[in-house]
Amino acid sequence: MTKMILSLLTALMVVCAPALAAQEQGDRDGPLRIEITEGVIEPLPYAVPDLVAETAQASEYAANIARVIASDLSGTGLFREIPQNAHISRVTNFSSPVQFADWRAVNAQALITGGVSVDDAGRLVVRFRLFDVFAGQELGEGLQLVGTTTSWRRIAHKMADQVYSRLTGEAPYFDSRVVFVSETGPKDARQKRIGVMDYDGAGATYLTDASSIVLAPRFSPGGDRILFTSYESGFPKIYVMDVASATRQELQTQQGTMSFAPRFSPDGRTIVYSLSTGGNTDLYSMDIATGQSRRLTSAPSIETAPSFSPDGQQIVFESDRSGSPQLYIMPAQGGEAQRISFGQGRYGTPVWSPRGDLVAFTKQSKGRFHIGVMRTDGREERLLTASFLDEGPTWSPNGRVIMFTRETQGETGQAGLYSVDITGRNLRQVPTQTGASDPSWSPLLN
Amino acid sequence: MSGIAKIILVVAGIALAGCTTPDRFGNGAGGAGGAGSLINGASDPTSPEFFQQSVGDRVLFAVDQSSLTPLARTTLDGQAAWLNNNSDFTAIIEGHADEQGTREYNLALGARRANSVQEYLVSRGVNPNRMRVVSYGKERPIEICSTEACYAQNRRAVTVISVAPSS
Repeated sequence: MTKMILSLLTALMVVCAPALAAQEQGDRDGPLRIEITEGVIEPLPYAVPDLVAETAQASEYAANIARVIASDLSGTGLFREIPQNAHISRVTNFSSPVQFADWRAVNAQALITGGVSVDDAGRLVVRFRLFDVFAGQELGEGLQLVGTTTSWRRIAHKMADQVYSRLTGEAPYFDSRVVFVSETGPKDARQKRIGVMDYDGAGATYLTDASSIVLAPRFSPGGDRILFTSYESGFPKIYVMDVASATRQELQTQQGTMSFAPRFSPDGRTIVYSLSTGGNTDLYSMDIATGQSRRLTSAPSIETAPSFSPDGQQIVFESDRSGSPQLYIMPAQGGEAQRISFGQGRYGTPVWSPRGDLVAFTKQSKGRFHIGVMRTDGREERLLTASFLDEGPTWSPNGRVIMFTRETQGETGQAGLYSVDITGRNLRQVPTQTGASDPSWSPLLN
Repeated sequence: MSGIAKIILVVAGIALAGCTTPDRFGNGAGGAGGAGSLINGASDPTSPEFFQQSVGDRVLFAVDQSSLTPLARTTLDGQAAWLNNNSDFTAIIEGHADEQGTREYNLALGARRANSVQEYLVSRGVNPNRMRVVSYGKERPIEICSTEACYAQNRRAVTVISVAPSS
């Protein structure tokens, strides 16, 4: 954790090095940076005026793109928007000099400006710049993004990703999607469908109907396929779906068995999953192309919820071989497993972070559920959330944010999606049209 | 779902009165469809309804457990006797868990519970080829409150009688 904070600050100071010279003229105490500590955070104030509409057809996108950028940045908890009604300067021309004094006066430390037009081919062309207001300088290069008009939201996410990366030194994550299970109806007759949406809950579409129970969809490393469990045969079986065409096929497993909890390997060629036969649940892997399966564990205990390390060499999973569910790591080909969870309570659904340094998990302790993280050797366990029922963490592509399922209790209990920063701050509900569970975050889109 | 559709649905005698949802995990008489009209009432000892209401179609489990209680064994002795006397029927044994646990673990736990029941029925002479097991984990609670009174009813294995082939 400490290392991450340091690298954040270092990166920011490098980005903002020119600002140091200007510091004495300004009225602030230090260079432009985001203070991230375990305890307190002071969000960095920024301004994002509506983009300048450079053609008539572009006017509807000018404000919408600015709003999505603001939603992305403020949604991290690391940035605070200076509201537009406080702005003194109006940006009316993307190429005109910025009136830094006006932005300093409203204490905007970062300023994002943009211009948007629709070209002769009907494409949306968006240019943007990021400024360090108190240094009076541009931060990084200006950028131009071109896409279809229907992709305006993705373009906005990409712009926000640029700002986020330049100001934090972290890899971005806004231009990403989440596959999840949409839930409707009462608790004892819940209808479930696979849905996919932008990471912020926008643009949801549904890939299955509600005729069968579907569980725990998982994106492939390329984001083009989804693994999920469905009861459409009457028994839980794993299916792989092509996202673009929504066509799916069942992964062939032995007759009379149940299979569930699938995940892709980092190269997308292998899946690891649980298979139950004779009441016993063990871990298996399967080569998707050949259908060849391999048994990874042989124990009378429950082995489930496997997840690959980013290098594909190891698998973290859940087992009750010690008497209660705990977390273990073993080689990807199977073999001896090392227990990594030793705290009080029951541990489940481990997921290896994309950076490789942490494992996120569900913990059940004293009648409460938590989402937590620990290092891969089990040290430095930290619980990030607590509620009646939190479960099923998934990592943002940059390993900074965790999304998970939270279910409320009682007869009217509903599931929803929440996200939390790995510092434990900035807990937020992800807006969804229906109840929702089992999120799986895609990689950053191309 | 075609195999499931052939299952003769029987009224879950427990609670949920007034629930109209045609779901076989609840008070699901409405889900029986055409098959329901083929069977006689619970007074016919060869009917699945009799099995469900008089023999008892379900056994309950302690928290995290899949071992059978003495009461469960008594119920299953009755199920075995009925299945042995009514050899035209097959059964699907559904294992369920309460909501206290992760989705994946509960699926595995439900599989354990269903298998406990199947093994016991086999030990009482029921042909294993007449039975299949399925786990629903915590996906289909029959009671929806979040207290032990409901959880105790949800930690169950239900023997669902069917006229369809078991495999």
